[in-house]
Amino acid sequence: MADPKLVPVPSRGMVPERDVLERPVLETLHLGVDFGGLVAVDEFNMVIGKTEIAGLIGPNGAGKTTVFNLLTKVYQPTRGTILLGDKDTSGMNTSQVCKAGMARTFQNIRLFSEMTVLENVLVGHHNSIAYHTPSAIFRLPSFWKGEKKAREYSLELLSIFNMEDTAEAKAGSLPYGAQRRLEIVRALATNPSILLLDEPAAGMNPTETAELMENIVKIRDTFGIAILLIEHDMKLVMGICEGIAVLNYGKIIAKGTPDEIKNNPLVIEAYLGKKEEEGEEVNA
Amino acid sequence: MTNKKSKFPTWLSYLINGLFLIFLLLGGMQAINTGLVSNYYARVIILCGINIILALSLNLATGFLGQLPLGHAGFMALGAYSSAIFMRFVCNVKMMPPALMFPIGIFLGGVFAAFIGFLIGIPALRLKGDYLAIITLGFGEIIRVVLLNIDDVLGFKFTYGAASLKNIPKTTNFFNTFLLVAVTYYVIHTYIKSRHGRATLAIRDNEIAAESCGINTTFYKTLGFTMSAFFAGIAGALYAGYIGVLNPSAFGFMKSIEILVTVVLGGMGSMAGSIISATVLTSVPEMLRAFSQYRMIVYSLLLVIVMIFKPTGLMGNYEFSLSKILSKKGGRKNG
Amino acid sequence: MSVFTTVVSQLINGLQTGSVYALIALGYSMVYGIILLLNFAHGDIIMVGAYTAWLFMVNFSQHPIIAVIAAVIACTALGVLIEKVAYTPLRQAPRLSLLITAIGISFLLENLAQLIFGAGAKSMPKIANVPSVSVGSVTISGTAVVTLIVSIISMVLLNVLIKKSKMGKAMRAVSEDTGAAQLMGININKTISFTFAVGSALAGIGSVLYSAAYPQASPTMGSMLGLKAFVAAVLGGIGSVPGAVIGGFCIGIAEAAASALGLSIWKDAVVFLILIIVLIVKPTGLLGRNLQEKV
Repeated sequence: MADPKLVPVPSRGMVPERDVLERPVLETLHLGVDFGGLVAVDEFNMVIGKTEIAGLIGPNGAGKTTVFNLLTKVYQPTRGTILLGDKDTSGMNTSQVCKAGMARTFQNIRLFSEMTVLENVLVGHHNSIAYHTPSAIFRLPSFWKGEKKAREYSLELLSIFNMEDTAEAKAGSLPYGAQRRLEIVRALATNPSILLLDEPAAGMNPTETAELMENIVKIRDTFGIAILLIEHDMKLVMGICEGIAVLNYGKIIAKGTPDEIKNNPLVIEAYLGKKEEEGEEVNA
Repeated sequence: MTNKKSKFPTWLSYLINGLFLIFLLLGGMQAINTGLVSNYYARVIILCGINIILALSLNLATGFLGQLPLGHAGFMALGAYSSAIFMRFVCNVKMMPPALMFPIGIFLGGVFAAFIGFLIGIPALRLKGDYLAIITLGFGEIIRVVLLNIDDVLGFKFTYGAASLKNIPKTTNFFNTFLLVAVTYYVIHTYIKSRHGRATLAIRDNEIAAESCGINTTFYKTLGFTMSAFFAGIAGALYAGYIGVLNPSAFGFMKSIEILVTVVLGGMGSMAGSIISATVLTSVPEMLRAFSQYRMIVYSLLLVIVMIFKPTGLMGNYEFSLSKILSKKGGRKNG
Repeated sequence: MSVFTTVVSQLINGLQTGSVYALIALGYSMVYGIILLLNFAHGDIIMVGAYTAWLFMVNFSQHPIIAVIAAVIACTALGVLIEKVAYTPLRQAPRLSLLITAIGISFLLENLAQLIFGAGAKSMPKIANVPSVSVGSVTISGTAVVTLIVSIISMVLLNVLIKKSKMGKAMRAVSEDTGAAQLMGININKTISFTFAVGSALAGIGSVLYSAAYPQASPTMGSMLGLKAFVAAVLGGIGSVPGAVIGGFCIGIAEAAASALGLSIWKDAVVFLILIIVLIVKPTGLLGRNLQEKV
């Protein structure tokens, strides 16, 4: 019998119609992780289309950030498969997953606060810069070329988000909203095919949130990538997400479009608890 | 780390720095050869140079990598002994003049220290903070004990242990010390001011975020640590050729601490700070020979006081740039 | 001498030095548990204790018991003083700075001692004349018996203190979660000072017991002793009180075993090799806690 060559088998998930002919950018099959005796995440199956803006919501402690940590291999999954494009990420570590095309931001901002805004973006761009250590030490032409290209690219990226004026400022000195934006820009600099945003609107007022929503759609439209976000702000989620998965106690309890999710009784129960009596009004 | 652009184009900065160095080198050699600077002071200058290289090498690990290796003297010892044993062999074989073979000895010292540094890095760099400090301390002590006792295991005289390794040709002079100081500074400087340096600093700042940017943290930590060991080995080789006699007791925990004090006082992450600190901490005690018993007390008091009042060290993160200073002066003239 | 007697006598040796290591390791573990500091100066407190005892016995011609009490008091006071002067100001500073300060204090103590007492070793007069005990063919020295008994009593008392007393509870609370402990009304500064005091007192007792077995005081005696006790604390799990005790005895016995096998010149290397193996295989030690960074 010939050696069976393993090929990823796309599952029967849902993607936006425009992406239906392309391979999904991210697919998880039976993904799960246990911590000691605790099953933190189980049977996490999700498909994200190439240019889809997807949302992952659920009550606090449901395991949403744990899912992100599984996808980015901060934790190694106990079971299941993650397919990033056509690559199976089993055995990869965090930096390898990033090189394969998955970038992320963090719930508690993780900037390089002692470095400048521009340097933060340059670090994100690290793997796209072409020269090696000997070139750097002997200051060969490839070093100068590489640095120049990287700087230009990073400044351009910053200007898309109107941040080019702050390029030389220390990242830690930026106001909160700008720091969140910088984290996104840095993630974009890694040239991802999917961007994972962990509570990007946390701590933002309605104006900033609206701006963020515009920016996220702009990112998808400009770069042609997919975005998966964790959020508690329902206006944002319902406003820009095309596909939503709802997590509770580590399991997906509902999946669908914003309208389907909004009216799903299981979702309402997860957030607000069981309806006590008949006729009691439940405010979603 | 800021990248304020100086008013001069890059090639001019390089030219200014290069000319300055050549001036220092030739001037220094002339001063020593004509007796303007006495032999005694020449030796102090050479010792300063050795300690500068040691400080710069440890700075790479503490200031740039953000780790606290406490066994740095071990790498110095490895470089010193490997170079010394090689140079004694060269003298015994009497084929080539020692001065000519010294560059090989130095390189050997650096490479051997780097090799052991690489091996030690494999388990050590998996740990963080306090644990890394402890494990490197352990390795440093093991190196010392091995150098002390290995002759018993080998069955013949190799390191001479506590009896001291003597008759090492004193081939260290102002020229090769200065050259190596310049090379060390240059290599570390160009490394830090490149994407690799940025990656290294990013790891220090926030390792998890650096990983999520696709940076292979193990690679950069290992590279930085190995480079640090390499230059410590070079300093060790120079030291062997300076002092002519080696004893393992000179490379214990105390020595590691002395180097650490130099780096911390100068500012972890500031190469200029390391240079100034090493120069001051080497030359001042030499000048104050009479008060040498108070030297260590002043050292330790200084260390504690600086830590309490300025935890980032005297120079903090400040980086020195000749062209920056010159362009500032020029700016003021015009402005 | 038969193999049996050699083994047993080395075992006794190991237990004797091991209990001294354990007493010192307890200080390391308690301090690390409460403020996450590797107190490099701890080993040198022993040196101060030894010199204090020497001073009282030789210079002030006091009775050994007075000297012992003076040594323990001196150690305790010094530990608290160092904490107040050098460590408290750095409570909010990066941990690296705190570590370096501890190293600086250690250096300072050693060099002050060298300045005041000279670099050579001072011979200590005998503290007490305890007769040896014979069990079968094995002779156990009086000092060994006293060391073991005193150490065990100290550890039992410490255990009672930590488990039953109010201060002990406060110490455990602050170790677990400083913020929460503060919110519960626990005085952090007092608790930390108390921890240092207890740890240093134990080190003082350790220094006296050590001097009884090795009656010499020198400026650097604390350094290697402290380092080895430190390895013991790491082996047992730094931050764990029972771990420190187990670690201490393990290191003591390991050293004795090395000597018994004729490898006494490699004793130090054996101890540090144990350290490295522990750090590679299980960095948190035998009984240590796992501190995970939240992502």
